[in-house]
Amino acid sequence: MDSALIPKGVRRCPLGHFVLFLAVVGAVLLWGVFAMVLCWIKGLNQTNMNDYYGFALWIWADLAVIALGGGAFFTGFLRYIIGKDELKNIINYAVLIGFICYSSALLILAIDIGQPLRGWFIFWHANVHSMLTEVAFCLSCYFAVLTIEYIPLILENRQADKVPFFHNLSHNMHEIMAVFAATGAFLSFFHQGSLGGVTGVLFGRPFGFREGVFIWPWTFFLFTWSAAACGPCFTILVTKITEAVTKKKLVKDNVIELLAKISGWMLLTYFVAKTIDTWYWASVTAPSMGFFLSDFYTGNPLYGWWILVTEIVVCGLVPALILITERGRKNKTSLVVAVVLASIGVSLNRWVMVLQVMAVPVMSFDNWAMYFPSWQEIATTILPVAYGIILIGISHRYLPIFPQEKELNPVD
Amino acid sequence: MKKEHEHKAKKYGMVIDLDKCTGCGACMVACMAENNVPFRADETDKLLSITWMRVYKLTNAMPFPKTEICYLPRPCMHCEGSHGHSPCVSVCPATATDYSEATGIVSQIYTRCFGCRYCMAACPYHARYFNWWDPVWPEGMEKYLSPNVSPRMRGIVEKCSFCFHRYQLAMEKAHYEGRHGLEEDEYQTSCTQACPAGAITFGDLNNPHHAVYKLKKSENAFRLLERLGTNPKVYYTSSRKWVRQAGDNYLRDEKDNVIDKSKFRN
Repeated sequence: MDSALIPKGVRRCPLGHFVLFLAVVGAVLLWGVFAMVLCWIKGLNQTNMNDYYGFALWIWADLAVIALGGGAFFTGFLRYIIGKDELKNIINYAVLIGFICYSSALLILAIDIGQPLRGWFIFWHANVHSMLTEVAFCLSCYFAVLTIEYIPLILENRQADKVPFFHNLSHNMHEIMAVFAATGAFLSFFHQGSLGGVTGVLFGRPFGFREGVFIWPWTFFLFTWSAAACGPCFTILVTKITEAVTKKKLVKDNVIELLAKISGWMLLTYFVAKTIDTWYWASVTAPSMGFFLSDFYTGNPLYGWWILVTEIVVCGLVPALILITERGRKNKTSLVVAVVLASIGVSLNRWVMVLQVMAVPVMSFDNWAMYFPSWQEIATTILPVAYGIILIGISHRYLPIFPQEKELNPVD
Repeated sequence: MKKEHEHKAKKYGMVIDLDKCTGCGACMVACMAENNVPFRADETDKLLSITWMRVYKLTNAMPFPKTEICYLPRPCMHCEGSHGHSPCVSVCPATATDYSEATGIVSQIYTRCFGCRYCMAACPYHARYFNWWDPVWPEGMEKYLSPNVSPRMRGIVEKCSFCFHRYQLAMEKAHYEGRHGLEEDEYQTSCTQACPAGAITFGDLNNPHHAVYKLKKSENAFRLLERLGTNPKVYYTSSRKWVRQAGDNYLRDEKDNVIDKSKFRN
């Protein structure tokens, strides 16, 4: 029924199956939309946030999806600026994942603020000293860049491509894509960094505060670095999940292995930088404020030493070592394990830099504060996941996202 | 000397004598009434209560009979930070909170705040509160609200203003009378006036004629979390060493040594 919209030379599941898939994921999406509307109409009292946890699940989700969406800017940087030509076979998907992640981040922010109708104040009354101002500007600009990068893909749909204007527009946009990729990489460097700076500049919060260079705390650079390292891992992970769901190979191994290798080295160097940062913070910064490292990891039911070991060693060093070795990259299981660990690691880092910062008591007579999100918070956090799955499903079905699909899956 | 000072920038602050505070909570009640601070029928969850002035209960954690208690009233510290970059002012993305160089007071612009709560995350004193609900007053109570303080709506942050409306009213009066400055008693916060024990002293920390000027120099004076560099304008005094130590965080080997806090002051 929808065969006229499906790219030529590829096979897709029957429309009925696809509609059923959309209906199931759409139900989850509607659940999230219901929770979102509740938050907008009734206010943030629908959440379990409180005056100790002004930043909670949503801000974590925001930071996490932006880090995971980092595959778009870094793959674009490698493809268009460095000239790694093989990556043209995965760049479309990296852009799509980035588009989903960044649009989700903006949606989450729109739910998270107490007065959504005043959201534009961040641009109108901008405080140039605030990291959040930098985040807002760069995030919006980069989302515009991602939209520009995604548009040519939409225009390559079989029917749209028949319209000469769309065909030429798409072609010309592809021609100048390097300019947008460079702009995207530049903007991403700043907004990934300023997201790290959001916590890093909080000199009233010894757990999050970091020294740095000029106006930028070390977390500024670490966030950019980790997003560049782990974003492509997430792109690989989603590609592997898509291949498993569609039961066909979509990207050649050499492409995946190249991206995995670069990610591995990025992750290893990030591990070294993160270790140095942690050591300096633990032995110099925190003690100067009267805190031992143990003050941050004991005396509460959740945030123990395990979180530090898991983030840096299990989800940092281990995947880095797997990905930098040829055997590790070529083995399908170890590759998937590595990209899963890296994705968890960067998400855990964002969790620590948001939630644990709020939990640690600063005044000597204060207590650890624990928090568990309300169902409305959980539903609105799952909402972008459902939205992402639907957009991937539709894009995969109707757009030529994977250039190697035809060659890898010839139709008899 | 007095005339010279009239044109110098003011730096309003407090000195709270913790040896006098009985923890009665009159300061909290006075603050809520003065500033139209909203409340709900059920205020059992203190992490959702709006208390511009909050009294903390501290203990030396010693067994009986050595047990000691100290009540610590905590308004907004109106931090100066370094050159006015207080923790909250520097992070607000919409310039909805401001540091006044003229008075040293950190203000909150309710009509500009869009509720991102970054300032709350930045404040180590938990002095900032979010309006999780729209204010609902018991029937008839809205007639008793202060006309000088605007009530806040759902979705924005609020905090202690050092009763800034009182400063504005006093300055208006002084201007009308052709004066440039204020006498010490012309501008006092509601918590200062309500404290039955006289534990709170308020005034211009820069003015040698104000009581706070001398009190802050007491050898028993300290500020909360000075080591963080927040540079607060609320001082505390206590003759008890454990209370003074509770004002900050110390490493184990520092605990029994004398800390020269002057190095954290600017």
